[in-house]
Amino acid sequence: MAVERVTVRDRSAFLHRADHRLLRGAALVGLLALWEALTRVGWIPALFLPSPLGVLRELWDMAASGQLVLHLAASLRRLLLGFGAGALAGVTVGIVTGFFARAEAVGQPLIAATFPIPKIALLPLLILWLGIGEPSKVAVIALGVFFPMAINTYAGVREADPLLVRAAVAFGAGRWSVIRKVILPSALPMIFAGLKLGAGTALLLLVAAEMIAADSGIGFLVLHAGNIMDTTRLMVGIVCLSLLGVLSHWALTRCERRAVPWRQAS
Amino acid sequence: MVEAAVIIDGSPARGKASLGLLCCGVPGMRVLVERLCKTYRDRSGHALVALDGIDLTVAPEEFVAILGPSGCGKSTLLGIIAGLSAATSGQVLFEGERRPGQPFTATVFQEFALFPWRTVQGNVEFGLEELGLPPAERRERSARFIAMTGLEGFEAKFPYQLSGGMRQRVGIARALAVDPAVLLMDEPFSALDAQTRTLMMEELLGIWERARTSILYVTHNIQEAVYMADRVVVLSRRPGRVLDTVPVDLKRPRHESQMGEADFLHASERIWGLIKSQAQAALVEGRG
Repeated sequence: MAVERVTVRDRSAFLHRADHRLLRGAALVGLLALWEALTRVGWIPALFLPSPLGVLRELWDMAASGQLVLHLAASLRRLLLGFGAGALAGVTVGIVTGFFARAEAVGQPLIAATFPIPKIALLPLLILWLGIGEPSKVAVIALGVFFPMAINTYAGVREADPLLVRAAVAFGAGRWSVIRKVILPSALPMIFAGLKLGAGTALLLLVAAEMIAADSGIGFLVLHAGNIMDTTRLMVGIVCLSLLGVLSHWALTRCERRAVPWRQAS
Repeated sequence: MVEAAVIIDGSPARGKASLGLLCCGVPGMRVLVERLCKTYRDRSGHALVALDGIDLTVAPEEFVAILGPSGCGKSTLLGIIAGLSAATSGQVLFEGERRPGQPFTATVFQEFALFPWRTVQGNVEFGLEELGLPPAERRERSARFIAMTGLEGFEAKFPYQLSGGMRQRVGIARALAVDPAVLLMDEPFSALDAQTRTLMMEELLGIWERARTSILYVTHNIQEAVYMADRVVVLSRRPGRVLDTVPVDLKRPRHESQMGEADFLHASERIWGLIKSQAQAALVEGRG
């Protein structure tokens, strides 16, 4: 037998995942540059795909003329009202059905039965009930946010550590103390997951509602620009929507870090 | 001071009128566990007797350990005394002089059970909030017990930022802060490593000398029980019955060095003799 003397090497090295920060930025800038180049060369007509710089210029012009602010304000108002109402109702229903057995027995089958309905299909009904104005648009957004919020909050409440509930009771906590001081904080991470999910749904429903029946808002702007084949303007609308999505996610993440400080390390 | 005899979880009170026992030197409340039984039913309807006729007394300022092999229902017993679950029959009584607003029990849990969203101070103040104390008094009291348990400087930390030993200090401070008639401890140090556990045992004895609360301490560790307690109540394995009560005549304050003394070894051997066969049975069966 041969005598060996071997140094042990880290065989898991290829599993290491570095954080390529520079590459992240470069990919985004690269894509934009490629797009700009393609439109400049003239391979793609501006009617189909306007240049990024052109879109930026249009955005600037619309902002300067005040049009953009008008549309954005209308959309934001609907979004905030619908999102707020839906989230509040969802959290309440989630906590009540999660904590009280009777409410669970009544609420869970109802939620399970109505959750799969695509909310946009309810818009004509809502318009019939609430009129073509703002309330029907706000209501459809609220409905869309309500379900993920109720379902996530319910799950968060059910997942609350029974040991902590016992500990609270051992120290004299009653029903409402347990809900406020144990159940609610336990469910907070799930509530925030629901809020992020709901924000996406809200944006989707906002655009759909504004395309069906509105004379203001980003959804209207996009549809109208498409009808008159003003592709640059259409792209401005899309950029605004994507910014709204990114911003809402960022804001919710910041709120979460504030509200759930004990989760930071884990 | 209020004289009270309160029945926790009384099925028909068959016991004698216990107020007659109100006599002994130290003021405070004593705990009386009388013929306590707990039967669980599994899904197929089979009855599982966890506790069978437990009689037990904890005098004011006494340190009593409940010791038994796994599956003897000692945690169940503690839960019933704490009012966290119902007995099938029998009763738990508290009698004696109670300070106004003083809770009967406070519990220190095996897995600490700290609220992760509360800081050290917030955790210690939890019970005080439920007692309805004003903020200023909460702060004053929590500061006192944070100092007593060696947590000064950690007031604003969250539980995840603390080691196991420090977390259990918070658990102890939280329980002591409400000034309970009896402190219930459910294997409080079994989740800690051996060195930390030894240190925490010493520390708890020091705290107990200062706070002078009665303690009912559940453990499966014979050394731990003998080292700390005045009396060790030995329970049998399923169904849990009191096999014997072993008094420990070691002088206080106690030191580690006493673990070599004849009294210590004698008590330990006596307890081991009582539960050895039962522990073996538990071993064969797997989880108790």
